[in-house]
Amino acid sequence: MYELAYSRPESLTEALALLAEDEGAQALSGGQTLMPVLRARLAMPSRLVDLQRLPELAGIRLVEGGIEIGAATTHAEVAASAHVRAVLPALADLAGGIGDPAIRHRGTIGGSIANNDPAACYPSALLALGATVTTSRRTLAAEEFFTGMFSTALEPGEIVTAVRFPACQRAAYIKFRNPASRFALVGAFVAQLPSGYRIAITGGGHGVFRWREAEQHLDGGGAMAAITEDMLDLGHFTGDLHGSAEYRHHIAAVIVRRALSTLA
Amino acid sequence: MTGITLTVNGREHVVEVEDRTLLVHLLRDELRLTGAHVGCDTSQCGACTVHVDGKAVKSCTMLAVQADGAEILTIEGLANGRELHPMQAAFREHHGLQCGFCTPGMIMMAIDIARRHPNPDAATVRAELEGNLCRCTGYHNIVKAVVAGAERMGEPA
Ligand SMILES: Cc1cc2nc3c(=O)[nH]c(=O)nc-3n(C[C@H](O)[C@H](O)[C@H](O)COP(=O)(O)OP(=O)(O)OC[C@H]3O[C@@H](n4cnc5c(N)ncnc54)[C@H](O)[C@@H]3O)c2cc1C
Ligand code: FES
Ligand code: FES
Repeated sequence: MYELAYSRPESLTEALALLAEDEGAQALSGGQTLMPVLRARLAMPSRLVDLQRLPELAGIRLVEGGIEIGAATTHAEVAASAHVRAVLPALADLAGGIGDPAIRHRGTIGGSIANNDPAACYPSALLALGATVTTSRRTLAAEEFFTGMFSTALEPGEIVTAVRFPACQRAAYIKFRNPASRFALVGAFVAQLPSGYRIAITGGGHGVFRWREAEQHLDGGGAMAAITEDMLDLGHFTGDLHGSAEYRHHIAAVIVRRALSTLA
Repeated sequence: MTGITLTVNGREHVVEVEDRTLLVHLLRDELRLTGAHVGCDTSQCGACTVHVDGKAVKSCTMLAVQADGAEILTIEGLANGRELHPMQAAFREHHGLQCGFCTPGMIMMAIDIARRHPNPDAATVRAELEGNLCRCTGYHNIVKAVVAGAERMGEPA
């Protein structure tokens, strides 16, 4: 590991000050993305500001109409939470399928969405459910928060503090897993909200997106079984050594149908 | 350099570390506990698995300074003198290892699995071992060992 400094602030105010005063400083949450990135020297911040124990980022709370999850909540905590199981079981399932047990013991929801890996699981849940992201400065709709692969609306020094989800029993996430990396080769989060169907797809390559054509088809009374990749723009997908764009495009439609069939 | 205090296998250590030191390097190079291995650069192999405050984590994916105040358990802390931990004994009986490189990480993860899933079936063990790679055994005997070891951990001592 290259030379760097580490700070463990006691409060959000102190964390924000540490990030503001040093341009080379970067937030560290569970480290399950950032540590491998640093070891590969793909990024070289001069200081890490550890958010993991900040009280302002902790906890899972039932709120009016849904649930609020602190940014420093680990994947294992979300998977095991009785509150999440009760109001949004699909999210507990999603969190329980991220990586492996050791990754889930340390990786956090805040870190996952701030990173916005184009193959990450959580962003699809936020987008499909219309979640809101609270930061140290503002509240953003998921749609505004995710701005393309590995990119978000976060400004330098801005910290995600919590994510708020609506309660939803009719939701499901299916990950077509890349067996080597454990990330999604393609993943689909589907939800039936009072406003209609919502479908978000991750793993396409350019970042998480909504499949609006399929949403409209379902909202117009179309059959689930009639959803095919013909309604899905191939331009959302890229190919790599794990699978071609056409393969991902096809799999996306298959897993969306599968996820929808679990709601029926 | 930062001064940290941590308990490793029941013993308190007060050490000075560079902020950049990974937990696995503190354990191996400073404390000379070389059971946790480094098998990759990408947080994927699990050879470095230890328990931090009772939970299995990859000690290559955490800074030593992040473990300030924590309780660490490594493979060296499992046996009671010459008496093996039931999970270690199960790995021996079921031939759960060949070269042994992955074994400390496998056993630390196996104990974590047994705590969260008392009497797990083989399918659960396979899913939970997702983050621990073995280049030798083909996993069959590891899975048998974890199932047997978990069963024995559940028996009254
Ligand atoms: C082997 C392996 C398998 C994995 N499999 C999956 C998988 O199947 N699905 C999946 O979705 N993910 C997977 N991951 C990634 C994992 O979920 C990470 O935990 C997650 O992407 C990042 O969360 P973290 O808390 O570890 O963040 P960190 O690594 O600490 O940080 C990630 C980034 O977010 C920034 N950041 C962190 N917290 C905040 C905050 N509160 N506000 C602002 N910025 C912040 C950091 O500065 C950094 O840039 C895997 C990782 C590994 C190593
Ligand atoms: S050395 Fe830690 S996961 Fe491979
Ligand atoms: S026994 Fe050799 S790597 Fe597992």
